[in-house]
Amino acid sequence: MNSMTRGKWLGLLCLVPFAVFFIVFQIAPLAWVAINSLHSDSGWGLDNFMTAFNSRFYRQAIQYSLEISFWSSLIGIVIAILGSYSLRKVDSRLRDFVNSFANMTSNFSGVPLAFAFIILLGFNGCLTLILKQSGIIEDFNVYSKTGLIILYTYFQIPLGVLLLYPAFDALRDDWRESAALLGASTFDFWRHIGLPVLTPALLGTFVILLANALGAYATVYALTTGNFNVLPIRIAAMVAGDITLDPNMASALAMILVGLMTIVTVAHQWLLKRSYHVSR
Amino acid sequence: MSRAETGPARLYHRTVVYVLFIILLLPLAGTLVYSLASSWSATILPSGFTFKWYVALWSDPRFLMAFGQSLLVCVGALILSIVLILPLLFVVHYHFPKLDALMNILILLPFAVPPVVSSVGLLQLYGSGPFAMVGTPWILIGCYFTVALPFMYRAITNNLQAINLRDLMDAAQLLGANTWQAAFLVVLPNLRKGLMVALLLSFSFLFGEFVFANLLVGTRYETLQVYLNNMRNSSGHFNSALVVSYFLFVLLLTWAANRLNKDKD
Repeated sequence: MNSMTRGKWLGLLCLVPFAVFFIVFQIAPLAWVAINSLHSDSGWGLDNFMTAFNSRFYRQAIQYSLEISFWSSLIGIVIAILGSYSLRKVDSRLRDFVNSFANMTSNFSGVPLAFAFIILLGFNGCLTLILKQSGIIEDFNVYSKTGLIILYTYFQIPLGVLLLYPAFDALRDDWRESAALLGASTFDFWRHIGLPVLTPALLGTFVILLANALGAYATVYALTTGNFNVLPIRIAAMVAGDITLDPNMASALAMILVGLMTIVTVAHQWLLKRSYHVSR
Repeated sequence: MSRAETGPARLYHRTVVYVLFIILLLPLAGTLVYSLASSWSATILPSGFTFKWYVALWSDPRFLMAFGQSLLVCVGALILSIVLILPLLFVVHYHFPKLDALMNILILLPFAVPPVVSSVGLLQLYGSGPFAMVGTPWILIGCYFTVALPFMYRAITNNLQAINLRDLMDAAQLLGANTWQAAFLVVLPNLRKGLMVALLLSFSFLFGEFVFANLLVGTRYETLQVYLNNMRNSSGHFNSALVVSYFLFVLLLTWAANRLNKDKD
């Protein structure tokens, strides 16, 4: 018994290095941000947050962040749903190939992705030229909100497929046959069985995509050299920019971003517990 | 597993999968063609093909330096992660299974706190003073440990559950091994493959990390992604060659991880 408790003490000792590194690189910076978001030139209080919500410029950053995240997640998840459902229905060679390809493209984000998009959809991008010459579009600006939504959608698709593909396990083929035997049409099946079973997984994936887009910094920074007004860009500009440094204001905006992310993460954990393929 | 469909449904599903593939392929294919084109502007197709951009890239000392530094930081971060996470997992699962619930909350932090937020605090805390680390690779190694943590923790946990840690330890101890011997000589070899897969995949996303690298260190210890961003004003063809080279390298790693994963089953 004595050696058992000694083993436990030694075990606890093994946790110390981990705890130190985790505190230094994760907890302490977050704590600094949380505390200093409440500090401004006029002392302690919610001044920074008031400024953030009263300034049109910061409100616009929050609004753009939410808009781009929402639309890219929505379009991304629709494509991912259609894609991963069809992936399960094609023969295994094509499936495995496209699946691993989607896996690999999930690493294709950030700066390299922004460059690829400039080449493809920039002012003289080859896709822009093709679309212009065929008269489908008048002009296209990849450095705009629409451009960013397309760019974000691109990195959402592989992640969506990755997360949704296993979720379809919950739908068993015999259910569909049983439903058909009982007289249900394809629409009835999806309306009453398919979608309700999948809903937690779909919502869970949606919030992950949302979080992924909200925190994204590299892609938009590389595409617009930091000239597009979204939250991560604003935060970074106030601690590492070359104009005005205001770490306290940056902290307040960072806490707003963390708040949004926390809502999303909590929602995801809750949905995960309810999701059909996990609970079984 | 769903069975393959026939008739019009089959055609529909095949079309959707091909469209998905083409969407994912387009930016990559565009970059690849661009990197091989001798010049390509204001026309739909390039005027000629060449390897000169790759030659220029792979003979640029600054690129090779950045590549090497990226490798060093990522490998350093992964070694640190293993040294810190393996004992943690072992202790949690063997001695304190209840801690697993707490850990599952803690490892959500790197996910819920985007790097740009952490950077605000990191720059202020370690910018100067006794713990000044900003501008050195050390701070990157520490930060990359937190980035890799959630993924490594989950991956290794799954592996530990699959090998039945407690039974394995009891069996080893019954045969006369002490806790250390059992952990190092029995449990660790059983985790080897799962660990390799987790490491390769972590490496491939750490290699693409840009936010910490750019905000905390920048050009003072230039990694590949920062170099890529700093080269924005050079020729687009050169940049494309850079993007393609980077992606091929990551592709190789993920491919190796997939192969290992398949062997395991």
